Amino acid sequence: MNLINQSRRILLKSFGFCLSLPLLSGKLFASWPEEAFMSTEIDKAIGELYGHPPQASDLVKLKVPDIAENGAVVPISVSTDIENVESISIYVEGNPNPLAATFELSPYIVAAVSTRIKMGKTSNVVAAIYSGGTVYTATQEVKVTIGGCGG
Amino acid sequence: MAIKGKAKLRGEKVQVKLLIKHIMETGLRVDAETGNKIPAYHITEVVGSWEGKEIFRSNLGPAVSKNPYLSFQLKGPSVGDTISFSSVDNKGIKDSGAAVVK
Repeated sequence: MNLINQSRRILLKSFGFCLSLPLLSGKLFASWPEEAFMSTEIDKAIGELYGHPPQASDLVKLKVPDIAENGAVVPISVSTDIENVESISIYVEGNPNPLAATFELSPYIVAAVSTRIKMGKTSNVVAAIYSGGTVYTATQEVKVTIGGCGG
Repeated sequence: MAIKGKAKLRGEKVQVKLLIKHIMETGLRVDAETGNKIPAYHITEVVGSWEGKEIFRSNLGPAVSKNPYLSFQLKGPSVGDTISFSSVDNKGIKDSGAAVVK
């Protein structure tokens, strides 16, 4: 009786372990990259996300306004002709935590995304594209005018 | 169903636009009355699916504007297909929506 009970426990334990394994690994890949979002420097955030240093490239097309009258809503578009893009991310140098958003792409997605971001002050905006182990970036300055009267 | 989505076929690509209702609090603002920081409250993740497959995933931080707007382009779906969306915020509150390709 005792023996049966023991083996039953072992069996139950191993079942539990097997069940938790796929859940755990799934969560690892899907979880919000907190370290990167909390990082206060762009290069550190990029390293945290992709594990590679960035290199500037003409192939990354970053579209932002030269002057944003309202820093709370700055339209931004990132696109590229680079093939097999795995991820696109957007950074604002002057924000306390530069990383604003990341986009993980599947083969069904064309490497062109748009969103709207907040900017605390005039600063550089950086778009990073990750493909085949390389991080390509483009940088452009956006002037944020407070109250829309220049400044 | 508070995520509003639109999907339109243009040539070979489907242009998908979505708008999610959310306050997107940064965690940096200070409450004028109490002097305490207002805690960050923002969407962390947006996922797009087509035919049961996850095709798009975006991680958002508090620096994305209030009521986030996202747009992306897809290859594959045709007119009449449904693209479904889901989102979750840092309090674990979920939202969803869908768009039929036109």
